Amino acid sequence: MPLLMGTVSRGFSGTHFRRPGPELADRVPPGQYLAAGFPVLTAGTTQHIETGLWSFTIRGGRAEPRWTWDDLLALPAERFTVDIHCVTRWTKLDTTWTGVPLDTLLAEADHDAAFGLAVSYGGYATNLPVAEITGGKAWLVYLYDDEPITPEHGGPVRMLVPGHYLWKSAKWIRELWLMDEDRPGFWEQSGYHNFGDPWRQQRYFND
Amino acid sequence: MHVDGNAAAGLLTQVFARDMTGAHGTCGSCGHNGPLAEAVVYGEAAGTVFRCPTCDNVLMTLVEAPGRILARLAGLRWLAVPI
Amino acid sequence: MAPAALLQRLTWLPAVIAEARAETPQARTLVLDVPGWPGHRAGQHVDVRLTAGDGYQAVRSYSLASAPGEQPAITVARVADGEVSPYLVDVARPGDRVEIRGPVGGYFVWEPAMPYRPVLLVGGGSGVVPLRSILRHHRQSADPTPMRLVYSVRAPELVIYREELQAEHLVYTRTTPPGWPRPAGHIDQGLLREVAWPPVDSPLAYVCGPTAFVEHLSGALLDLGYRAGDIRTERYG
Ligand SMILES: Cc1cc2nc3c(=O)[nH]c(=O)nc-3n(C[C@H](O)[C@H](O)[C@H](O)COP(=O)(O)OP(=O)(O)OC[C@H]3O[C@@H](n4cnc5c(N)ncnc54)[C@H](O)[C@@H]3O)c2cc1C
Ligand SMILES: [Zn+2]
Repeated sequence: MPLLMGTVSRGFSGTHFRRPGPELADRVPPGQYLAAGFPVLTAGTTQHIETGLWSFTIRGGRAEPRWTWDDLLALPAERFTVDIHCVTRWTKLDTTWTGVPLDTLLAEADHDAAFGLAVSYGGYATNLPVAEITGGKAWLVYLYDDEPITPEHGGPVRMLVPGHYLWKSAKWIRELWLMDEDRPGFWEQSGYHNFGDPWRQQRYFND
Repeated sequence: MHVDGNAAAGLLTQVFARDMTGAHGTCGSCGHNGPLAEAVVYGEAAGTVFRCPTCDNVLMTLVEAPGRILARLAGLRWLAVPI
Repeated sequence: MAPAALLQRLTWLPAVIAEARAETPQARTLVLDVPGWPGHRAGQHVDVRLTAGDGYQAVRSYSLASAPGEQPAITVARVADGEVSPYLVDVARPGDRVEIRGPVGGYFVWEPAMPYRPVLLVGGGSGVVPLRSILRHHRQSADPTPMRLVYSVRAPELVIYREELQAEHLVYTRTTPPGWPRPAGHIDQGLLREVAWPPVDSPLAYVCGPTAFVEHLSGALLDLGYRAGDIRTERYG
């Protein structure tokens, strides 16, 4: 890359991230690097929520269903493997999660809302159209690699919406608000894109 | 692990074209007043998040995009900049 | 400085490593040649940006170890499994390039000023780096302000700037030199009561190091009677 010759630091290669080879072009969205580990990003203190105190509520429908940890574990779960993409330019391939499809939970809410806002313990929030979190596209997950999800990665329960940049997959999920009108979440209010499609590089608000 | 406002001095200088670590901010939530250097800062995130050391309210976020920095100061009631 | 220079935007400056000096088996001082370096104040830092051959970039902050008027230098301690510090400690050599943004920071800065309030410097691990710049500046400017450093370090072989700091208060947290009067352990109230300027002298404190260290020490100084506004802190994470 001749353009960079002036600034490249001899002998430096990122140990945490590397550029994917061309054979991965259909797996890794444009502008992304492969993460060696599983980076931890957080906009605030890591929440430590005991499973016995955790619950999840869907608000804004005709019913306001609520699940405790035991309720969630009693529901039919899916184990699935997906690629995840963080807007800070890392991608992690083949991550395996176990959890309940949001479809199962939303069916209890009896609603016709168009927009959702996921709200977390600690106050984080992120929004998506309901169409993006239904139809097998989103889960509440509680196992990563068949192990309980650590607090750093959003356990005991986080949302997972792998079709969007990872900030849309709220850690420490507590509630989902259903709304007729869209309402931007934390990063969406702070300059990030409202939709966040990694394949269209929708990173910042007017990308 | 969080750091503090000193760690964001470079980014703040890019936004405000002067040092801001000594500028005092007043939290819009609890009224705490202190230098930005003493804000609780989370830098390992999609942006740099400044929180109130007293009540954890988000004072400010800075997001680095190509060719621009997006600054949101919605959690600050005041920003007093020494001249 | 010409008025035009004052309006110049802060940008990334190319820097060449002029000299590399081992301080300990884990830490190294890099002296930098930075064309257009505007000079710095004691306590400031720079952001260092490294670019890999594939375009990947990493940015970290490093305090300036040298005194104002001296060539910019940083001292980096190796963090296990880190991305940038192992490169700067083990791989980089004179002639290699990095990019620098700075000097930046104006809060964690010391300058000789009336009234001469005594200054207490408290550093944990590599948190001693900006305090060393302050000490050197203090010495070089022959300032009458009483100033002393308490430096917490894991083991004798990890003491950086050994020659320069031997007259200061060293506190060993894991192992001590043979015959050291104080057993290994963290800085506590008792030690602070002995070495810190008493609050009645309206001292100013500068505390720097890992986040947990800084929070522990600023709490201890508050307990001792220091005013919150007189304790300046800088957290390394
Ligand atoms: C204002 C300021 C001044 C500072 N001054 C100095 C100084 O003078 N001297 C000094 O030595 N330090 C200083 N620091 C600390 C310095 O900026 C770095 O944090 C430190 O050098 C570690 O960086 P690193 O890239 O080596 O480690 P990082 O790569 O940041 O990693 C740190 C740790 O987290 C883990 N980790 C982080 N991200 C990942 C990932 N994606 N994948 C896997 N593991 C990961 C690593 O395994 C490692 O254990 C300062 C910090 C601040 C804020
Ligand atoms: Zn507050």
